[in-house]
Amino acid sequence: MPESKMDPKSVRGFVGNKLSFSDISASEALKSAAQMDGEDIVAIVNASGLKGRGGAGFPTAKKWEYARGQEGHPKYIIGNADEGEPGTFKDRLILTDFPELVFAGMAIAGRAVGAEFGILYLRAEYGWLRAHLETAIERCRDEGMLGKVIGGAKDFSFDISIRMGSGAYICGEETALLESLEGRRGDARNRIPFPVQAGYLGKPTVVNNVETLAWVPCILLKGPSWFASRGTRKAPGAWLFSVSGDCKRPGVYEYPFGTSLRQILADVGAEDAKAVQVGGASGTCVPPAEFDRTLTPGDLATGGSIIVFGPGQDMFAVAENFQHFFADESCGQCIPCRVGNQRLLEAIARMRKVGLDREAERNVRQLAQTMSVASKCGLGQMSPRAFLSILNTFAGDLPAKHA
Amino acid sequence: MDAQQQWRTEVEQLVRVHGRSRTALMPILQDINRAHSYIPEGAMLAVSSALSVPRTEVYGVASFYAYFSVKPRGRYVIRVCRTISCAKQGEYHPAIATLITELGIGFGETTPDGLFTLEQTNCCGMCDQGPSMVVNEDVHVRLSEASVRALLTEYRQRAGAELKH
Ligand code: SF4
Ligand code: FES
Repeated sequence: MPESKMDPKSVRGFVGNKLSFSDISASEALKSAAQMDGEDIVAIVNASGLKGRGGAGFPTAKKWEYARGQEGHPKYIIGNADEGEPGTFKDRLILTDFPELVFAGMAIAGRAVGAEFGILYLRAEYGWLRAHLETAIERCRDEGMLGKVIGGAKDFSFDISIRMGSGAYICGEETALLESLEGRRGDARNRIPFPVQAGYLGKPTVVNNVETLAWVPCILLKGPSWFASRGTRKAPGAWLFSVSGDCKRPGVYEYPFGTSLRQILADVGAEDAKAVQVGGASGTCVPPAEFDRTLTPGDLATGGSIIVFGPGQDMFAVAENFQHFFADESCGQCIPCRVGNQRLLEAIARMRKVGLDREAERNVRQLAQTMSVASKCGLGQMSPRAFLSILNTFAGDLPAKHA
Repeated sequence: MDAQQQWRTEVEQLVRVHGRSRTALMPILQDINRAHSYIPEGAMLAVSSALSVPRTEVYGVASFYAYFSVKPRGRYVIRVCRTISCAKQGEYHPAIATLITELGIGFGETTPDGLFTLEQTNCCGMCDQGPSMVVNEDVHVRLSEASVRALLTEYRQRAGAELKH
């Protein structure tokens, strides 16, 4: 049982603008899902163009359709609440303010693919949210939003349990998360089979991010075209951004895809930023000359993290901090990632002391290249990105080379 | 009862709550870790035989996750966020310097009274309200030198009150 009795509202934080979630009723959404069959639900989500909000951006309806077509039973829906990317905390806000939308999203996903069991995998760092979420699940059961007969439909049953992580960034990766649920180290699995074919305990499993799930009730109630009409054609919908760092109003903001970085910086009070890290430690560091770029897959893809760096920041100290993170969090399974991240960390520390020469630069770039092509999962493939983008733009922050 | 028998009894109680399958491994280790601040070897052996999971695998899991420990720790494990929004330029906020001085220990160490273990953690999702730290399961944000001192006093008092009972 959870130890923490902390009130989540006490650390809720600042919400910069009105969130679409705030006028959606989870129980209404479940009632309308109860009127549909799985195929209808998949069709609606497909029409909305909803893509996964965990970072990978896979079309949600496609995932559900694959799972729906699988023979294996039982099937599982997993809510991925292992939000670990540095600078990301939007799921925390969703879980604090709108947990029933997440649970309804899971139940609706369950109806869509034919699953009756859901597991919310909550990161250890959010252990203080567990009691709050257990209470919300109880409330949903009492109100007929979870359990045997949901929304009055006898063939709509779904229930959710919570499982905790124990502090491993890699478990946000869906196959590592499954390993952890099965009582193993969080080592990423080979894909093929995909989790939708053989996931939790070898059964068809859908793993969706918390934000992705919370959008589902909204799409059902307001219609797919409401959702699709916001954002861009390739990237429909709005997105929650977690903004932190050197800005006047850090917090959670909702924007449609296609919003420019410049607009966000104005809203959060950071017009003088020296750089903005989009997508957390595995993202890109953007210099002021590129602030007109937009947040959208294809330009600046992101799992929602925006970290602002003010005029005084030494960007290689930032790079070293990010690199330390990866060296710490590599699951250790494959060499390019396990050793590469450690070497890259050493190289950055050295650069900060003695500056950069051509040969050192060639070596780190080669190392980064090897890591991104030869690592098994996203962690090792993406980890050199922040460093490379800082190297490309902010080499001036390094000391002059001592000859 | 010898020590190992005690572990067997404790683990059997947990098996009653979480089940005897492999999927119960994490929840069981989490409960042990919470109750004792770490996962002692005897507990790992008992879990291994109760769930029929090889010892090496139990150890592998117990040593993989950052929130587990296979070495004794203090009653309160303090995890300070070392990631970028909380630790600007890789430097800690003065509040953390105060914390370290007040505790009189370094990272990875436990105070002689067994109350506090100090650790670093990666981003705990409080970046908008840093500097932040997680103590056991509670999170504390917007740390200042004063709030850090007040929190330590609070935890000391809480431990004192619990010990009296
Ligand atoms: S890339 Fe890194 S985190 Fe991913 S499997 Fe390899 S060692 Fe593990
Ligand atoms: S950077 Fe400290 S909580 Fe995210």
